[in-house]
Amino acid sequence: MDNLNQLLLGFQIALTWHNVAFMIIGVLLGIVVGVLPGLGGPNGVAILLPLTFGMDPTSAIILLSSIYWGALFGGAITSILFNIPGEAWSVATTFDGYPMAQQGRAGEALTAAFTASFIGALAGVVLITFVAPLVARFALRFGPAEFFGVFFLTFCSFIGMGKENKAKIVASLALGFLLAAVGLDTISGDLRLTFGASELMKGFDFLVVVIGLFGVSEILLTIEEGLHFKGKRAAIDLAVVLRTWAALPRHWATLVRSSVVGMWMGVTPGGAIAASFMGYGLAKRFARDPERFGKGEVAGVLAPETAAHAAGTSALLPMLALGIPGSATAAVLLGGLMIWGLQPGPLLFVEQKEFVWGLIASMYLGNVAGLLIVLATVPVFAAIMRIPFALVAPLILVVCAIGAYTVESSRFDIWLMLVFGIVGYVFKKLDYPLAPLVLALVLGDRAEDAFRQALLGSGGDLSVFFSNGLVSTLMILGLLLLVWGPLSEIGRRLVRRLLPGRVASASP
Amino acid sequence: MIDASPPADERGVSRRLVECLVSLLLLGVAALTLWDSYGRGAGWDNGPENGFFPARVGWILAAAALVTLVSALRREESVFVTYGQLRLVARVFVPLALYVLAIAYLGIYLASAAFMAGFMLTLGDFRWWQTALAAVLVPLVVFWVFELQFRVPLPKGPLEAALGY
Repeated sequence: MDNLNQLLLGFQIALTWHNVAFMIIGVLLGIVVGVLPGLGGPNGVAILLPLTFGMDPTSAIILLSSIYWGALFGGAITSILFNIPGEAWSVATTFDGYPMAQQGRAGEALTAAFTASFIGALAGVVLITFVAPLVARFALRFGPAEFFGVFFLTFCSFIGMGKENKAKIVASLALGFLLAAVGLDTISGDLRLTFGASELMKGFDFLVVVIGLFGVSEILLTIEEGLHFKGKRAAIDLAVVLRTWAALPRHWATLVRSSVVGMWMGVTPGGAIAASFMGYGLAKRFARDPERFGKGEVAGVLAPETAAHAAGTSALLPMLALGIPGSATAAVLLGGLMIWGLQPGPLLFVEQKEFVWGLIASMYLGNVAGLLIVLATVPVFAAIMRIPFALVAPLILVVCAIGAYTVESSRFDIWLMLVFGIVGYVFKKLDYPLAPLVLALVLGDRAEDAFRQALLGSGGDLSVFFSNGLVSTLMILGLLLLVWGPLSEIGRRLVRRLLPGRVASASP
Repeated sequence: MIDASPPADERGVSRRLVECLVSLLLLGVAALTLWDSYGRGAGWDNGPENGFFPARVGWILAAAALVTLVSALRREESVFVTYGQLRLVARVFVPLALYVLAIAYLGIYLASAAFMAGFMLTLGDFRWWQTALAAVLVPLVVFWVFELQFRVPLPKGPLEAALGY
């Protein structure tokens, strides 16, 4: 019951006038960010982060996390009306969402998507409310070796669960670590990897890197595709909303299944994309007539949206409880914590109660506000997509340049943004994943500190990482995840050999 | 994404070439790291020296880059980007690079106005007054939001200095 009391306290903080105002502004900005090409969740949050430096941390994180909710909602608009997924985890939403829009059922599809997102996010927030404090309390006993074990587990699960070429994921992670190492070393006070260049002394700021990797590169990719958005028109009136809601109880099994899958996959990092596809696949497998999927089935919109948002929200659990973000956007939010002077990690729940519970309460409120706002304003935001690209693109690029500059008031950073724009463009085209790079860049210094302190304590003996049950479990789980891909592939082949006909017909 | 894969017969930059170049660049980064880290000491001196961790990551990066290099050499040839697409990308990228260069000399406000106008004239089909409006309004709004509301100073050039900022 202690949690509920804390949560009530959090609601008192989140329900002040200016915090509610920030929530609404955040959701609106977030939808714009989600709808526009070239401005995804991580990039939108990164650009606005410098503006919050002077704000009270609780209001700042409420504003930024509301942008995140808004961006998640906005992604569904483009997937359904324009067949362009705003984020990788909206891909599965296009399978049935776009056909529904083509059949003139856009309003129904959008209502279903938003409501499903809301339900998924709610499941994630409930999980955070009850589980995050327990995890944090447990983690208070962690020493450096255990923390390195958790970092190790995070990075291994990225490698093991990632759909991309494993060598490319490893390369992306390693590059992130090296970028994080550039500049002043906090333990010895020496300069590393600067090669005498004074511009590199302060290191690479992850915000600049994120703006380049996600913002500039996305514009370059968008222009390549020729830019002829052909959207379906959508109007949502109350009758459509109510009719769709009335049909929801029939899909309760899909919603529950997807929420559980999403929560599970969200806590393991990099899971939101996999969760959305898994949610879709499960809904199809359990459906009475799977043939209708892909041709405009409501369950085909509900399932991936619920799973993706349950995962996207649960990704904040490890960020809050352990200081380890589960997604690129969570990584940017975590960077924000450090800039506002808060030390991420389990102590946050003890030392910054107001901040943590204010944020958790704002997750409930932000999602309610988001659902209402997005239902009311879909036509407006769908119209944004009709603004010519030649006007939107330079605007976004100007905003990116300003964002990169304001982080450190450094003109050199604008050049860095340009360079990382090219890196992002080439990496995306070659299927190098970008999220591991950002994650390693944000966590690099802390992972290294944990590693060095653990080794310092043991006198350089690597067995410190297997010295007690807890840390051994973490390391072994990490190693298992690392080889998970090859293992599951072997398993799948075995199954295929044993049951030839059945598996072939079940796969999409 | 919309299916925008170019027709197979359209010519462009070889994907295998780009894959190899990226792998070689990553190898180069790894080599630089190893050189720098071992130069400062990557061993043990009453605790891990400050090159200890980067050096190990450097070895991992080198190994990963070698694997991608080998698989790039073995992959089937395909097109990384067609010349037509590359021209489109250049039409965005070159003005962007000029814009960043201009910020250094003119400050962000004048540069943004010129960038907006140039971009809209070359890539869009707007009436002249629409372009002029956007080019004037964007810097003014940015000025109002950043300098006046949030008090975040942005890079300024000679014009702003003449106006007293």
